[in-house]
Amino acid sequence: MDFELKINGVTHSVDVQPDMPLLWILRDILGLTGTKYGCGVAQCGACTVHMDGNPVRSCLLTVTDAAGHDITTIEAIEHTEIGSKVQQAWLDEEVIQCGYCQSGQIMAATALLQKIAHPTDEEIDNAMAGNICRCGTYVRIRKAIHRASSHDN
Amino acid sequence: MITKKPKTRAGSGLLARRRTVLAAAVTGGSGYLLSLFVPGLPLIKATNAQDIATGTIFKPNAFIRITTQNSITLIMRHAEMGQGIYTGISMLLAEELEVGLDQISIEAAPVDPAYIDAVAGEEETGGSSSTRDSWIPLREAGASARMMLIAAAAQKWGVPVSECAAKRGQVFHEATGRVLTYGALVEDAGRQSVPTKVTLKSAENFTVIGTNPRRLDTKAKTNGSAQFGIDVQIPGMKIGRIMACPVKGGRLTGYDRAAGMAVSGVVEILTLHDAIAVIGDHMWAAIKGLEASAPQWDFGPNAKTSTVDIIARMKRASEKPGVTAVSTGNTEQSLKNSHIRIDSTYELPFLAHAALEPINTTLHIRPDGADVWVGTQVPGRARQEVADATGLKPESIAVHNHLIGGGFGRRLDSNSIGQAARFAKQVAYPVKLIWTREEDITQDQFRPYYYDKISAGLDKEGLISAWHHRTTGSAVTARWYPEGMQKGLDPDAVEGAAVTPYAIPNQLVEFVRDEPDAVTTLWWRGVGPTHNVFVVESMIDDLAHQSGQDPLAFRKKLAKQQPRALKVLDEVAKQAEWSRKRPEGHGLGVALHYSFQTWAATVLEAAVSKNGEITLVRVDSAIDCGPIVFPDGVVAQVQGGLIFGLTMALYNEITLKNGQVEQTNFHNYRMMRLPEAPDIRVHLVPDPEAEIGGIGEVGTVAAAPALANALFAAKGKRLKRIPFAKQFGTEKV
Amino acid sequence: MWPHYLKSFAVFCIFSALCSSYADAQDGTLPASTEETIKRGEYLFRAADCAGCHTAPNSSELTGGRPFTLPFGTIFASNITPDKQTGIGQYTDTEWLKMLREGVGKGGKHLYPVMPYTAYTLLNDKDALAIKSYLFTLTPRKIEAPENKLSFPFNQRWSLVFWNWLNNENKRFVPAADKSAEWNRGAYLTEALGHCSQCHTPRTITYGLSKKAYAGTVQMGWYAYNLTSDRQHGLAGWSDAQLKSYLSTGYAKRKGPASGPMAEAVEHGLRFMTPEDIGAIITYLRSIPPQASGPIAQVMPAPPSQVDTEEHARGQKLFAQACSGCHLMDGQGRQSDWATLAGAHSVSDPEAHNLIQVLLSGSSLMTEHGKVSMPSFTRAYTPDELAAVSNYVIAHFGGKLTDVSSAEFKK
Ligand code: FES
Ligand code: FES
Repeated sequence: MDFELKINGVTHSVDVQPDMPLLWILRDILGLTGTKYGCGVAQCGACTVHMDGNPVRSCLLTVTDAAGHDITTIEAIEHTEIGSKVQQAWLDEEVIQCGYCQSGQIMAATALLQKIAHPTDEEIDNAMAGNICRCGTYVRIRKAIHRASSHDN
Repeated sequence: MITKKPKTRAGSGLLARRRTVLAAAVTGGSGYLLSLFVPGLPLIKATNAQDIATGTIFKPNAFIRITTQNSITLIMRHAEMGQGIYTGISMLLAEELEVGLDQISIEAAPVDPAYIDAVAGEEETGGSSSTRDSWIPLREAGASARMMLIAAAAQKWGVPVSECAAKRGQVFHEATGRVLTYGALVEDAGRQSVPTKVTLKSAENFTVIGTNPRRLDTKAKTNGSAQFGIDVQIPGMKIGRIMACPVKGGRLTGYDRAAGMAVSGVVEILTLHDAIAVIGDHMWAAIKGLEASAPQWDFGPNAKTSTVDIIARMKRASEKPGVTAVSTGNTEQSLKNSHIRIDSTYELPFLAHAALEPINTTLHIRPDGADVWVGTQVPGRARQEVADATGLKPESIAVHNHLIGGGFGRRLDSNSIGQAARFAKQVAYPVKLIWTREEDITQDQFRPYYYDKISAGLDKEGLISAWHHRTTGSAVTARWYPEGMQKGLDPDAVEGAAVTPYAIPNQLVEFVRDEPDAVTTLWWRGVGPTHNVFVVESMIDDLAHQSGQDPLAFRKKLAKQQPRALKVLDEVAKQAEWSRKRPEGHGLGVALHYSFQTWAATVLEAAVSKNGEITLVRVDSAIDCGPIVFPDGVVAQVQGGLIFGLTMALYNEITLKNGQVEQTNFHNYRMMRLPEAPDIRVHLVPDPEAEIGGIGEVGTVAAAPALANALFAAKGKRLKRIPFAKQFGTEKV
Repeated sequence: MWPHYLKSFAVFCIFSALCSSYADAQDGTLPASTEETIKRGEYLFRAADCAGCHTAPNSSELTGGRPFTLPFGTIFASNITPDKQTGIGQYTDTEWLKMLREGVGKGGKHLYPVMPYTAYTLLNDKDALAIKSYLFTLTPRKIEAPENKLSFPFNQRWSLVFWNWLNNENKRFVPAADKSAEWNRGAYLTEALGHCSQCHTPRTITYGLSKKAYAGTVQMGWYAYNLTSDRQHGLAGWSDAQLKSYLSTGYAKRKGPASGPMAEAVEHGLRFMTPEDIGAIITYLRSIPPQASGPIAQVMPAPPSQVDTEEHARGQKLFAQACSGCHLMDGQGRQSDWATLAGAHSVSDPEAHNLIQVLLSGSSLMTEHGKVSMPSFTRAYTPDELAAVSNYVIAHFGGKLTDVSSAEFKK
């Protein structure tokens, strides 16, 4: 079946099965490999992208559900105001270790700050609890989110 | 970031052999042993004389390449898996080469004996050895290149070398104000002879080492451009999902080929005797195709094995004496005479690595050679695996090493690469073969289960009089590098037990080898020390409490011959405010250890609520790893290592039922998540005069004992079995 | 002992639907296995949700083996592929009808009443045999279902004679003359094929259906909710659109997703039914007299004030970690309708039956967007944690005070 996907502002037409998750379309068909596969069952958050500004798990988001919506991936997050702030905060705090989870972490943090400019610790906990970092960068992620949120005025 | 002893390896034909050394240095009569020291290999040599001769590229040694366009490339022999080694190694080279980190680019090393890690004994990233092994040789590599560049400039200008100096990739002649970039000197530098003697900068003159530059690998990790092995895209490439027999030792008996091939996007179904791979245009086709092809298995001899049986057998095996690792004095007699005596059993579970990037290998196998794109901690072994699987000559196989999405020891094994090669050789096109998360957990090679019996006695003064520790488990060394075995002793199985920071006059440490059925064992972050330090530090804590001594003061008393131990203990006591009053339900636990040539003392504050919920409040860790190259990198590794270890201590165990692993994904192999992470403060108290230590595994080693001791302090419950979380809870019925 | 309102069925009336057939003669000529019959048989097979019970665990084959744990022991579903030894390959048409109607299998073996023959007895010959025709087109699989494990006296199959006498009236569906064709179609689908009452009507002491038809009850740990026209407890508060969506997709806006056995009924049966048939079922359900029993579901009601705050905080923290990845903190469901919690019965039941079941054993449902599923969370989370998360979920999303104990997760 043909589906129209709007990814990072560009419309792509893909001919795939209707139950195909967006994750594999991004990675294997469109070559956008910044979005990662970690678990495939919405437990790790490595595959997080934005759909109409909301963080979603692309490993479970079917093409049927994604079609027609605005999808943003890690490759384009620097073009958003908050996204680039988050990336900078991540570098300033030296959050990243292996980096495999970090596309998802940055997407989740960006979505949080787009909704709540100055999140509390609890709001950070709730928004970031779905993103596993096996390297254990949590202590720095917390700091980096606070840093990014304090940059804006 | 995984340790092993230096070793020799037979059969690979890769390396010069070296004896495994467990050098013992008895200090101050305390029985304290220094674990290992192996001198570095002579790494400074021109690898390709021809390149140097052509003059377009200056290649003074295996690690540095400078072109006439002034591009400076550093070749990384160690894999970057998050530990920051690309940055650390670059700092060593840049310091002596006199270039800025902003001026360099980085390339992963190919398979070549020039890139052997001398501590590890092969081309390998593991054993927290990378910085230790690079500390001298890579600075020498940078210095000798700099000397050649300066010599070339001096010659050109006709001035003495001593009047010239290098800085930020340029050579200066201060008296005349003349300047030449390294690029401009490529041709002449190539004609200089490689210096036989180099003098390294002294620590006061360091401008890079000891600073906190921005990490070199992280920018690309913020925007999705970093290439992990799983991200490889080769023109014409197909993608496959592998499933191996759910029970080790079983075989594939059949599958529904028609149903599998009927799935849209599936291009081929391949089999091995014990595994099946469905190849598709994309991973989704491969996933669906594998489901549809419904493989059937003969589970073989392990079809009935369960963890309960494995443990029962280990327990029986632990009744008999094992191979002696250490024996001093008369342990049995002193135990009998001891004033206070404790006999305990500790158990540590099988553990999966669960790195976030699942196992994957991309291969293109042709009749005359092959390319392999993979993230591996052992590129030489990877190449050999592919050679063995395909019959190709190793020299015809190019291994392109990639960023690794978490290693933790998993990618010290290359069996998965061999498996992938046996599939890939059946097709002509390049193919990326991926394990799903479920495959990655169930088919992992696990950290061994350990069953430890330990007895210790105190004399009237409250000092240890006797210590008997018998550990029973799998010998990873025996499979992974059999030559490392020492007359039946796996040195890894007793690392952290044979040598402790403490004065123990009568000590007997034994190892009973018992290999589990249905499980392959492997290195896991922190290796021997992660196992033994938990047992030893729990026991020390138990002894302190049962003799009414403060656990921290007790450790100081026992380790008084170790000035660096006292230093880290004092520092952590101060930082963690050891004697402060704590709220109800809170407890502080301390752990001291010396692993990977690093001293660490850790204090953890945990709270247990009335309904059994464990909260990790705060961790303080004082670290002395000798000289420090990249301080923030050290802090990050200790923070991450602690979370890795705490995750294990709270939640993790792999169990088997009917030969199959019961855990499959993160909902049943639980990971610590952000809200649970404690505040972690790392306090660096380096000793610039000491030997340089490893850091990647230190935090992991400290985690379980510090937590167990804190939980005891909080609740009076001594935890002797990992994981802990399920041992707390109310019995609200 | 059929619900009283069924007893009023009198003369039949005729209507046409894709596979309607109760108008056909109750006896007489048996239909030949034409392609059309087989196709209709397949539709009826789905409407009767045979696959729901007879699919083997971890497989898509109808070889049985699925265990049913009942108060009196464990019963295993049988192999219904046309294998001659282990399946139904030897059944004649007459034997088939006897089995479906009287619960007497081949060779005079009494079936246990897990098999809803007390409902299937209402099927007319043509439909009953169409199902058989369809089953006979499947590939036979030789797989013996496990032995049932029952406690005395239930392990005595002959005792079922007594039960049958009490609970099973051997009679065909007779349409009600005073009702519309659609209502009659709905009644036939609901009572005979869908056997909805088997789960949704409370059982008597002899495991027969009680008179409180469709008042909702607990079966094998799962709560089958109230389907009567009660405004608060039943379906009167549901719009036709919500019911239609729920029955054909397993999800309705502001009502949450189906889980457990209901998800299976949707997956194997209901989602294949024509919109007309779904409409007929709704028409019929609307006519069921109200019974006030069972939990009341609301969308995000005010939380109870007396919650144990420490337990609640713990539950919330766990929910953030283990659950919100799919369900979101506000229960709206991340990206998938089937992950919506707000408004669902499962989070409004103060005894948390279905919540406990889902946490224990997971749930999955095939939708036209692919499979949606939730895994079991028992292995990595402690009973205390699962109890805390349950109590939090029901307080937060259902507005009710619960005291789910960790013992629920230790079974
Ligand atoms: S890959 Fe999607 S949440 Fe883990
Ligand atoms: S940085 Fe490695 S998993 Fe998060």
